[in-house]
Amino acid sequence: MHNKTLVELSQQLSSGALSSVELTQHYLDRIRQLDPQLNSFISITDELALGQAKAADERRAAGSAGPLTGIPIAHKDIFCTKGYRTSAGSKMLDNFISPYDATVVEKLNTAGTITLGKTNMDEFAMGSSNETSFYGAVKNPWNTDYVPGGSSGGSAACVAARLAPAATGTDTGGSIRQPASLCGITGLKPTYGSISRWGMIAFASSLDQAGPMTQTAEDAALLMNAMAGFDCKDSTSLNREAPNYTGELNNSLEGLRIGLPKEFFKEGLDAGVQQVIETAIKEIEGLGASVKEISLTTTELAVPAYYVIAPAEASSNLSRFDGVRYGYRCDNPTDLEDLYKRSRSEGFGEEVKRRILIGAYVLSAGFYDAYYVKAQKTRRLIKNDFDRAFTEVDVIMGPTAPSAGFALGEKADDPVSMYLSDIYTIAVNLAGLPAMSVPAGFTAGLPVGLQMIGRHFSEPRLLNIAHQFQQATDWHKQTPEAFTK
Amino acid sequence: MSWETVIGLEIHVQLATQSKIFSGSAIKFGAEPNTQASLVDLGMPGVLPVLNEDAIKKAITFGTAIDAKINQKSVFARKNYFYPDLPKGYQISQLDLPIVDKGHLDITLEDGSVKRIGVTRAHLEEDAGKSLHEDYHGMTGIDLNRAGTPLLEIVSEPDMRSAEEAIAYVKTIHSLVQYLDISDGNMAEGSMRCDINISMRPKGQEEYGTRTETKNVNSFRFIEKVIRGEVIRQIDELEAGNKIHQETRLYDSVKDETRPMRSKEEANDYRYFPDPNLLPVITTDEYIQTIRESLPELPGQKIERFQKEYELKEYDARVLAASKAVANYFETVVTTSGAKAKLAANWVTSELLGALNKAGTDIQHSPVSAEHLGELLQRITDNTISGKIAKTVFEAMWNGEGSADDIIEAKDLKQETDSGAIEALVDEVIANNPAQVEQFLAADENKRKKLVGFFVGQIMKASKGKANPQQVNQLLTQKLK
Repeated sequence: MHNKTLVELSQQLSSGALSSVELTQHYLDRIRQLDPQLNSFISITDELALGQAKAADERRAAGSAGPLTGIPIAHKDIFCTKGYRTSAGSKMLDNFISPYDATVVEKLNTAGTITLGKTNMDEFAMGSSNETSFYGAVKNPWNTDYVPGGSSGGSAACVAARLAPAATGTDTGGSIRQPASLCGITGLKPTYGSISRWGMIAFASSLDQAGPMTQTAEDAALLMNAMAGFDCKDSTSLNREAPNYTGELNNSLEGLRIGLPKEFFKEGLDAGVQQVIETAIKEIEGLGASVKEISLTTTELAVPAYYVIAPAEASSNLSRFDGVRYGYRCDNPTDLEDLYKRSRSEGFGEEVKRRILIGAYVLSAGFYDAYYVKAQKTRRLIKNDFDRAFTEVDVIMGPTAPSAGFALGEKADDPVSMYLSDIYTIAVNLAGLPAMSVPAGFTAGLPVGLQMIGRHFSEPRLLNIAHQFQQATDWHKQTPEAFTK
Repeated sequence: MSWETVIGLEIHVQLATQSKIFSGSAIKFGAEPNTQASLVDLGMPGVLPVLNEDAIKKAITFGTAIDAKINQKSVFARKNYFYPDLPKGYQISQLDLPIVDKGHLDITLEDGSVKRIGVTRAHLEEDAGKSLHEDYHGMTGIDLNRAGTPLLEIVSEPDMRSAEEAIAYVKTIHSLVQYLDISDGNMAEGSMRCDINISMRPKGQEEYGTRTETKNVNSFRFIEKVIRGEVIRQIDELEAGNKIHQETRLYDSVKDETRPMRSKEEANDYRYFPDPNLLPVITTDEYIQTIRESLPELPGQKIERFQKEYELKEYDARVLAASKAVANYFETVVTTSGAKAKLAANWVTSELLGALNKAGTDIQHSPVSAEHLGELLQRITDNTISGKIAKTVFEAMWNGEGSADDIIEAKDLKQETDSGAIEALVDEVIANNPAQVEQFLAADENKRKKLVGFFVGQIMKASKGKANPQQVNQLLTQKLK
């Protein structure tokens, strides 16, 4: 039953072919049995899951089940879950039991999903390989010598290995799309403000956005219907009626205008990846779309601007982890200064400390204008660049990542090379746009994701394009045999 | 050399909103530690601030009352520093684009002259919590009840030249925020705290000297002491040929001295940047206009009205209108007593404020309510008691012995107006003091006036102060002819 999509499982639950308790137990067993090879979970919440599954079955018996009632999923360990550890992949929060649920968790709970566990991630979502986690690296189910991508690497790996039908993720600079690409699953980063950030541990507040990580676009649409919507607890939440994300799935692609930014197909892009992407785009052309080369001249500015803005916000967001009220506290502090210094030095990992230092530096007196202000201006230029492009085309396509992945340890000591693995995804966050990564083929035995970037609020259209592509192809149905046979 | 003092003040006013500026927690004073601290106030992972609109409204109310420019786009920024009672590791405050821009305030000095003080800006920010150093076995307790309380920080221009001017300015702000109903102004509970910037310059020099800043001074008396002390210290330093160091100082009210807290070099780099969790606050012309139109009567207008409507002297009107609570009290006394406003003004300004001052309390905590004082004055006006007896009754009211009528009744203080009874007393005193009668009859007009006082005193004594003095006088003059 684990090779079924969320939509298929939903049908089985509603037909009575399957109970949520059976389904949940099946996934819990799979996690126990197979996850030691992947390390995609930080916490497995059996008791919570089975309790929820029982309640879901009762709800179904009472006739008040919705499409997601009884569906097991996994939450990235960045979403606060009441009564359970929420670590953000950090030693700093290893002992932190959240006293409340994130809005995303609350909404999905209300819709009836089951929480199988909390997935591994780069520490505080800072990383593109899942190697910065305090809980150890996650392995790519397609090749366990390879990274699954990051920061939502645990969510991507567990869905790819079918240890969960779907998972939640967050994307600050590509953290949903890049691991989705590397693990061969479907990932959606919605328009900034579509999904509440309440209860989602902050990395860079102006960029962070939650989204679904699934097998198919249809599954993603179904989850979006439950996850999105205005939340008065988040001042940056969009105060507009959420669209029906499943509503346009079956629309035709006739007349769709696709833009291919020439800057996305330059040196630095792996030839195998390029070939997969070009083939996939031909496929979509065949569905009635037209293709046009465009230029996003600000492409190369995105990474530098991002690595000013995101660390600046992070340096401040992570100040609350001071060893005073919760989380890690060093042993035997001699005074307040010692408490701060050692709790933070011992509680945070290297990458997090590197970004806090960068952030504090770019915000400091005398450097603020040269870095932070300039980066914000650059951000505006990037947004304008996209706006201009969207007067010519409806969707921008290209690779999600410059390569199909890299081996564990390969880039761990080269932060800049690591940062460049997000070169195609980062600009999207700076502009607040929605974007997806969709499985589009393989190179050297590793999956490759096609990125589709849309106008603000165009998620239903993106999901429509992805769904039509998935109707015509079966890349999304490929699974790593070692885990799914 | 002759020195000129230059003072600028930053006043933090706690706004009397129902809940905190970025969370729904209550802000009542004196609650058990951490019982008014929500997830947001605790700085839990994943929580987000949501702006309390009432704080914006109150800040704009202040801005319109001081003729300030209101920034229709206003931005909240993070001020980053570590402190245990600052849960997020940053304070949400405002740097560029504060809600209230340049404005001004007129202060009246002792000699009646008026001086205009510039207000540079007034911005909104959240208060920090409190560190409690006692009773925790050598550890520090953190109480986050106060964390997130809305503050309006009002920054003045360096326009004040003496402690008197500074006090007058603080008192004017104190009065104004209560008039506007944006703060309870309770200084003892920390609703108003002052950072005092002081520098000296040779008289006639335009350039400012190096300043020091003394933080968190929370009473008028302390403000005065800090300024006087710091002025002397700086003059001593300068005259000894030393330089003033730009530094932050702390006032120790027990030792009555300020001492350095940190120098400019040790000052934090707060790494301000716009808070990405909060969108800029955009206010429309209509919104500001509505607030402007609903401004209550302000102190200056009230002083004018009191002079016109109650025919009070400017001085009395000013004393009464200095505080909204006193002004309201006064007007309630006038309405409930039906007494002459002048009488009510005298009683409020001398008896009541005197007693409050002596007891070290304020009018909100007065043991005698305005209604009760009004009743007392009514009894003076209708001749039930004399003004002198009224003071005895007031004292009893102050001590909680009941209303004026109860006390008059219980103590049998009702004025004797039965002329027969008074006449009997007059006769008795005349009969008992033949020598003084003789003296009186022999005296000239001038001496008689003095001697008559003796008889009045004796009669009042015999009546236990209850005889109507006018009647006594009248009868005495008749009988001593």
